Amino acid sequence: MANWIPLWLHKLSSPPMFYRFAGALRPWAIALALVLGLVALYGGLVLAPSDYQQGDDYRIIFIHVPSAWMSLFIYGVMGIAAFIALVWRIKLAEVVAMASAPIGAAFTFITLVTGSLWGVRMWGTWWTWDARLTSELVLLFLYLGVIALYHSFEDRRQGARTAAFLALIGVVNVPIVHFSVNWWNTLHQGSTIKLLGPSTIAPSMVWPLLTMMIATKLYYIASLCGRARTDLLAWESGKDWVRQIAENEVRG
Amino acid sequence: MNAASLQSFLAMGGYAMYVWPAYGVFFIVLLIDWLAPQFRRRRVLRELHARMTRQDARKNRQSTPSPLRGEGWGEGPRLP
Repeated sequence: MANWIPLWLHKLSSPPMFYRFAGALRPWAIALALVLGLVALYGGLVLAPSDYQQGDDYRIIFIHVPSAWMSLFIYGVMGIAAFIALVWRIKLAEVVAMASAPIGAAFTFITLVTGSLWGVRMWGTWWTWDARLTSELVLLFLYLGVIALYHSFEDRRQGARTAAFLALIGVVNVPIVHFSVNWWNTLHQGSTIKLLGPSTIAPSMVWPLLTMMIATKLYYIASLCGRARTDLLAWESGKDWVRQIAENEVRG
Repeated sequence: MNAASLQSFLAMGGYAMYVWPAYGVFFIVLLIDWLAPQFRRRRVLRELHARMTRQDARKNRQSTPSPLRGEGWGEGPRLP
Protein backbone atom coordinates (compact mmCIF):
# COMPACT_ATOMS: atom_id res chain seq x y z
CA MET A 1 0.00 0.00 0.00
CA ALA A 2 1.47 3.29 -1.07
CA ASN A 3 1.01 5.57 1.87
CA TRP A 4 2.96 8.51 0.51
CA ILE A 5 -0.20 9.69 -1.27
CA PRO A 6 -2.29 10.32 1.86
CA LEU A 7 0.83 11.69 3.50
CA TRP A 8 1.39 14.11 0.64
CA LEU A 9 -2.28 15.11 0.64
CA HIS A 10 -2.14 15.70 4.37
CA LYS A 11 0.88 17.97 3.97
CA LEU A 12 -0.72 19.78 1.04
CA SER A 13 -3.82 20.54 3.06
CA SER A 14 -1.84 22.76 5.41
CA PRO A 15 -2.51 26.36 4.36
CA PRO A 16 1.10 27.59 3.89
CA MET A 17 1.97 24.49 1.86
CA PHE A 18 -1.06 24.85 -0.34
CA TYR A 19 -0.39 28.55 -0.73
CA ARG A 20 3.05 27.79 -2.16
CA PHE A 21 1.84 24.86 -4.25
CA ALA A 22 -0.99 26.92 -5.78
CA GLY A 23 1.42 29.78 -6.45
CA ALA A 24 3.69 27.44 -8.41
CA LEU A 25 0.84 25.77 -10.30
CA ARG A 26 -1.08 28.91 -11.27
CA PRO A 27 1.22 30.44 -13.94
CA TRP A 28 1.59 27.09 -15.75
CA ALA A 29 -2.14 26.44 -15.73
CA ILE A 30 -3.05 29.88 -17.07
CA ALA A 31 -0.30 29.81 -19.73
CA LEU A 32 -1.43 26.41 -21.00
CA ALA A 33 -5.07 27.53 -20.85
CA LEU A 34 -4.30 30.59 -23.00
CA VAL A 35 -2.32 28.60 -25.58
CA LEU A 36 -4.97 25.87 -25.87
CA GLY A 37 -7.73 28.48 -25.87
CA LEU A 38 -6.15 30.32 -28.80
CA VAL A 39 -5.65 27.06 -30.71
CA ALA A 40 -9.28 26.14 -30.07
CA LEU A 41 -10.47 29.58 -31.19
CA TYR A 42 -8.48 29.32 -34.41
CA GLY A 43 -9.88 25.85 -35.02
CA GLY A 44 -13.41 26.91 -34.19
CA LEU A 45 -13.63 30.31 -35.82
CA VAL A 46 -11.35 29.83 -38.85
CA LEU A 47 -10.71 26.18 -39.69
CA ALA A 48 -14.07 24.59 -38.91
CA PRO A 49 -16.58 24.84 -41.79
CA SER A 50 -19.93 26.60 -41.49
CA ASP A 51 -22.85 24.49 -40.40
CA TYR A 52 -25.13 23.51 -43.28
CA GLN A 53 -28.23 24.61 -41.37
CA GLN A 54 -27.04 27.26 -38.93
CA GLY A 55 -24.37 28.97 -41.03
CA ASP A 56 -21.74 30.69 -38.88
CA ASP A 57 -24.08 31.25 -35.93
CA TYR A 58 -23.27 27.79 -34.62
CA ARG A 59 -19.71 28.96 -33.84
CA ILE A 60 -21.05 30.14 -30.49
CA ILE A 61 -20.93 26.42 -29.61
CA PHE A 62 -17.17 26.62 -29.05
CA ILE A 63 -17.65 28.76 -25.95
CA HIS A 64 -21.23 27.91 -25.01
CA VAL A 65 -20.78 24.16 -24.60
CA PRO A 66 -17.41 24.23 -22.77
CA SER A 67 -18.83 26.89 -20.41
CA ALA A 68 -21.91 24.75 -19.78
CA TRP A 69 -19.71 21.75 -19.02
CA MET A 70 -17.66 23.88 -16.64
CA SER A 71 -20.76 25.19 -14.88
CA LEU A 72 -21.64 21.59 -13.96
CA PHE A 73 -18.08 20.39 -13.38
CA ILE A 74 -17.30 23.24 -10.98
CA TYR A 75 -20.53 22.59 -9.10
CA GLY A 76 -19.43 18.97 -8.74
CA VAL A 77 -16.05 20.02 -7.35
CA MET A 78 -17.73 22.51 -5.03
CA GLY A 79 -20.12 19.81 -3.81
CA ILE A 80 -17.30 17.37 -3.07
CA ALA A 81 -15.29 20.07 -1.29
CA ALA A 82 -18.38 21.09 0.67
CA PHE A 83 -18.93 17.48 1.72
CA ILE A 84 -15.32 17.14 2.90
CA ALA A 85 -15.58 20.49 4.69
CA LEU A 86 -18.72 19.46 6.55
CA VAL A 87 -17.61 15.95 7.45
CA TRP A 88 -13.92 16.38 8.21
CA ARG A 89 -13.79 20.13 8.85
CA ILE A 90 -10.70 20.61 6.73
CA LYS A 91 -10.07 24.30 6.29
CA LEU A 92 -8.65 23.91 2.79
CA ALA A 93 -11.85 22.16 1.65
CA GLU A 94 -13.88 25.14 2.87
CA VAL A 95 -11.58 27.49 0.97
CA VAL A 96 -11.81 25.43 -2.24
CA ALA A 97 -15.61 25.23 -2.02
CA MET A 98 -16.03 28.96 -1.44
CA ALA A 99 -13.42 29.91 -4.07
CA SER A 100 -15.14 27.70 -6.66
CA ALA A 101 -18.52 29.40 -6.33
CA PRO A 102 -17.72 32.69 -8.13
CA ILE A 103 -15.89 30.88 -10.96
CA GLY A 104 -18.83 28.53 -11.40
CA ALA A 105 -21.21 31.49 -11.36
CA ALA A 106 -19.10 33.19 -14.06
CA PHE A 107 -19.26 30.13 -16.33
CA THR A 108 -22.99 29.68 -15.70
CA PHE A 109 -23.60 33.32 -16.57
CA ILE A 110 -21.56 32.93 -19.78
CA THR A 111 -23.54 29.81 -20.66
CA LEU A 112 -26.87 31.60 -20.24
CA VAL A 113 -25.85 34.73 -22.17
CA THR A 114 -24.16 32.91 -25.06
CA GLY A 115 -27.08 30.49 -25.22
CA SER A 116 -29.45 33.43 -25.39
CA LEU A 117 -27.43 35.03 -28.20
CA TRP A 118 -27.46 31.72 -30.04
CA GLY A 119 -31.15 31.02 -29.45
CA VAL A 120 -32.42 34.37 -30.63
CA ARG A 121 -31.85 33.52 -34.30
CA MET A 122 -32.10 29.73 -34.18
CA TRP A 123 -35.22 29.52 -32.00
CA GLY A 124 -36.48 33.03 -32.55
CA THR A 125 -36.41 33.92 -28.85
CA TRP A 126 -33.92 35.11 -26.25
CA TRP A 127 -35.41 33.02 -23.52
CA THR A 128 -37.93 30.26 -22.99
CA TRP A 129 -38.90 28.37 -19.84
CA ASP A 130 -37.66 25.09 -21.14
CA ALA A 131 -36.28 22.44 -18.76
CA ARG A 132 -32.64 22.86 -19.76
CA LEU A 133 -32.66 26.65 -19.60
CA THR A 134 -34.62 26.80 -16.37
CA SER A 135 -32.44 24.27 -14.57
CA GLU A 136 -29.33 26.15 -15.71
CA LEU A 137 -30.83 29.37 -14.34
CA VAL A 138 -31.49 27.56 -11.04
CA LEU A 139 -27.82 26.57 -11.09
CA LEU A 140 -26.85 30.25 -11.34
CA PHE A 141 -29.12 31.09 -8.40
CA LEU A 142 -27.58 28.25 -6.37
CA TYR A 143 -24.11 29.64 -7.01
CA LEU A 144 -25.26 33.17 -6.08
CA GLY A 145 -27.00 31.80 -2.99
CA VAL A 146 -23.81 30.06 -1.84
CA ILE A 147 -21.80 33.26 -2.36
CA ALA A 148 -24.37 35.42 -0.56
CA LEU A 149 -24.72 33.02 2.37
CA TYR A 150 -20.95 32.80 2.75
CA HIS A 151 -20.63 36.59 2.92
CA SER A 152 -23.56 37.11 5.27
CA PHE A 153 -21.66 35.79 8.31
CA GLU A 154 -19.21 37.81 10.32
CA ASP A 155 -17.18 34.67 11.03
CA ARG A 156 -15.76 33.34 7.76
CA ARG A 157 -15.58 29.71 8.77
CA GLN A 158 -19.12 29.67 10.05
CA GLY A 159 -20.23 31.31 6.79
CA ALA A 160 -18.29 28.77 4.76
CA ARG A 161 -19.86 25.84 6.60
CA THR A 162 -23.38 27.17 6.25
CA ALA A 163 -22.84 27.91 2.55
CA ALA A 164 -21.29 24.45 2.11
CA PHE A 165 -24.55 22.98 3.38
CA LEU A 166 -26.53 24.84 0.71
CA ALA A 167 -23.98 23.80 -1.92
CA LEU A 168 -24.41 20.18 -0.90
CA ILE A 169 -28.20 20.30 -1.13
CA GLY A 170 -27.96 21.97 -4.55
CA VAL A 171 -25.96 19.05 -5.96
CA VAL A 172 -29.32 17.47 -6.77
CA ASN A 173 -29.68 20.05 -9.55
CA VAL A 174 -26.57 18.87 -11.42
CA PRO A 175 -28.07 15.65 -12.86
CA ILE A 176 -31.29 17.55 -13.53
CA VAL A 177 -29.42 20.01 -15.76
CA HIS A 178 -27.51 17.22 -17.45
CA PHE A 179 -30.43 14.89 -18.16
CA SER A 180 -33.08 17.57 -18.68
CA VAL A 181 -32.80 17.20 -22.46
CA ASN A 182 -33.57 13.47 -22.16
CA TRP A 183 -36.18 13.56 -19.41
CA TRP A 184 -38.31 16.32 -20.86
CA ASN A 185 -39.24 17.34 -24.33
CA THR A 186 -37.12 20.46 -24.62
CA LEU A 187 -36.45 23.07 -27.25
CA HIS A 188 -32.78 22.73 -26.36
CA GLN A 189 -31.07 20.07 -28.44
CA GLY A 190 -29.67 16.88 -26.92
CA SER A 191 -25.99 16.11 -26.49
CA THR A 192 -23.99 15.73 -29.68
CA ILE A 193 -20.84 14.61 -27.89
CA LYS A 194 -21.32 11.31 -26.17
CA LEU A 195 -19.02 9.39 -23.90
CA LEU A 196 -20.80 6.17 -24.83
CA GLY A 197 -21.43 5.60 -28.49
CA PRO A 198 -20.48 7.69 -31.50
CA SER A 199 -20.81 11.47 -31.41
CA THR A 200 -23.11 13.13 -33.89
CA ILE A 201 -20.84 16.01 -34.86
CA ALA A 202 -18.10 16.35 -37.49
CA PRO A 203 -14.49 15.80 -36.34
CA SER A 204 -13.46 19.25 -37.63
CA MET A 205 -15.91 20.71 -35.09
CA VAL A 206 -15.17 18.25 -32.30
CA TRP A 207 -11.49 18.93 -31.81
CA PRO A 208 -11.81 22.70 -31.20
CA LEU A 209 -14.65 21.93 -28.80
CA LEU A 210 -12.61 19.40 -26.81
CA THR A 211 -9.53 21.65 -26.87
CA MET A 212 -11.62 24.49 -25.48
CA MET A 213 -12.96 22.13 -22.83
CA ILE A 214 -9.40 21.40 -21.67
CA ALA A 215 -8.54 25.12 -21.82
CA THR A 216 -11.50 26.05 -19.62
CA LYS A 217 -10.60 23.27 -17.14
CA LEU A 218 -7.07 24.67 -16.92
CA TYR A 219 -8.45 28.16 -16.54
CA TYR A 220 -10.55 26.93 -13.63
CA ILE A 221 -7.48 25.42 -11.97
CA ALA A 222 -5.56 28.67 -12.40
CA SER A 223 -8.41 30.87 -11.19
CA LEU A 224 -9.10 28.55 -8.25
CA CYS A 225 -5.42 28.75 -7.24
CA GLY A 226 -5.55 32.56 -7.31
CA ARG A 227 -8.78 32.79 -5.35
CA ALA A 228 -7.76 30.13 -2.81
CA ARG A 229 -4.45 31.93 -2.22
CA THR A 230 -6.23 35.22 -1.58
CA ASP A 231 -8.77 33.55 0.72
CA LEU A 232 -6.05 31.76 2.68
CA LEU A 233 -4.26 35.08 3.27
CA ALA A 234 -7.48 36.66 4.51
CA TRP A 235 -8.47 33.68 6.69
CA GLU A 236 -5.07 33.21 8.26
CA SER A 237 -4.09 36.87 8.51
CA GLY A 238 -3.07 36.49 12.15
CA LYS A 239 -0.59 33.69 11.44
CA ASP A 240 3.13 34.13 11.12
CA TRP A 241 3.46 32.83 7.57
CA VAL A 242 0.93 35.41 6.32
CA ARG A 243 2.60 38.21 8.26
CA GLN A 244 5.86 37.30 6.61
CA ILE A 245 4.27 37.54 3.16
CA ALA A 246 2.72 40.91 4.03
CA GLU A 247 6.12 42.08 5.29
CA ASN A 248 7.89 41.04 2.09
CA GLU A 249 5.32 42.04 -0.51
CA VAL A 250 4.03 45.38 0.74
CA ARG A 251 7.47 46.78 1.34
CA GLY A 252 9.02 45.32 -1.81
CA MET B 1 -5.29 36.68 -44.92
CA ASN B 2 -6.31 39.50 -47.26
CA ALA B 3 -8.76 42.33 -46.59
CA ALA B 4 -11.74 40.65 -48.27
CA SER B 5 -11.39 37.39 -46.41
CA LEU B 6 -10.87 39.27 -43.15
CA GLN B 7 -14.06 41.18 -43.83
CA SER B 8 -16.01 38.01 -44.50
CA PHE B 9 -14.49 36.49 -41.35
CA LEU B 10 -15.67 39.45 -39.29
CA ALA B 11 -19.11 39.30 -40.92
CA MET B 12 -19.59 35.70 -39.68
CA GLY B 13 -22.00 34.96 -42.49
CA GLY B 14 -24.38 37.66 -41.28
CA TYR B 15 -24.31 36.49 -37.66
CA ALA B 16 -21.64 38.94 -36.48
CA MET B 17 -24.23 40.62 -34.22
CA TYR B 18 -24.59 37.39 -32.24
CA VAL B 19 -21.27 35.58 -32.52
CA TRP B 20 -18.94 38.43 -31.50
CA PRO B 21 -20.92 39.63 -28.47
CA ALA B 22 -21.00 36.01 -27.26
CA TYR B 23 -17.21 35.81 -27.49
CA GLY B 24 -16.97 39.28 -25.92
CA VAL B 25 -19.01 38.20 -22.90
CA PHE B 26 -16.89 35.08 -22.55
CA PHE B 27 -13.63 37.02 -22.39
CA ILE B 28 -14.85 39.99 -20.34
CA VAL B 29 -16.47 37.83 -17.66
CA LEU B 30 -13.40 35.61 -17.36
CA LEU B 31 -11.11 38.65 -17.27
CA ILE B 32 -13.10 40.11 -14.37
CA ASP B 33 -12.99 36.71 -12.65
CA TRP B 34 -9.23 36.71 -13.11
CA LEU B 35 -8.53 40.25 -11.92
CA ALA B 36 -10.92 40.52 -8.96
CA PRO B 37 -9.04 38.19 -6.58
CA GLN B 38 -5.73 39.80 -7.51
CA PHE B 39 -6.94 43.24 -6.44
CA ARG B 40 -8.45 41.72 -3.31
CA ARG B 41 -5.17 39.99 -2.51
CA ARG B 42 -3.29 43.27 -2.72
CA ARG B 43 -5.86 44.95 -0.48
CA VAL B 44 -5.73 42.14 2.11
CA LEU B 45 -1.93 42.33 2.29
CA ARG B 46 -1.92 46.14 2.52
CA GLU B 47 -4.47 46.11 5.34
CA LEU B 48 -2.57 43.42 7.20
CA HIS B 49 0.66 45.36 6.81
CA ALA B 50 -0.97 48.52 8.14
CA ARG B 51 -2.31 46.57 11.12
CA MET B 52 1.12 45.10 11.81
CA THR B 53 2.71 48.55 11.68
CA ARG B 54 0.13 49.87 14.16
CA GLN B 55 0.73 46.91 16.47
CA ASP B 56 4.49 47.43 16.34
CA ALA B 57 4.08 51.12 17.15
CA ARG B 58 1.88 50.29 20.12
CA LYS B 59 4.40 47.76 21.37
CA ASN B 60 7.21 50.32 21.13
CA ARG B 61 5.17 52.84 23.09
CA GLN B 62 4.50 50.28 25.78
CA SER B 63 8.11 49.26 26.19
CA THR B 64 9.08 52.86 27.01
CA PRO B 65 6.37 53.68 29.55
CA SER B 66 5.56 57.28 30.22
CA PRO B 67 4.90 58.13 33.87
CA LEU B 68 3.31 61.39 32.79
CA ARG B 69 0.46 59.66 30.97
CA GLY B 70 0.38 56.96 33.56
CA GLU B 71 0.14 54.19 31.04
CA GLY B 72 2.05 51.14 30.10
CA TRP B 73 3.42 50.25 33.49
CA GLY B 74 1.36 47.16 33.84
CA GLU B 75 1.81 45.70 30.39
CA GLY B 76 5.47 46.07 29.49
CA PRO B 77 7.82 43.12 29.03
CA ARG B 78 8.15 41.24 32.25
CA LEU B 79 11.52 41.02 33.91
CA PRO B 80 12.70 37.52 34.67
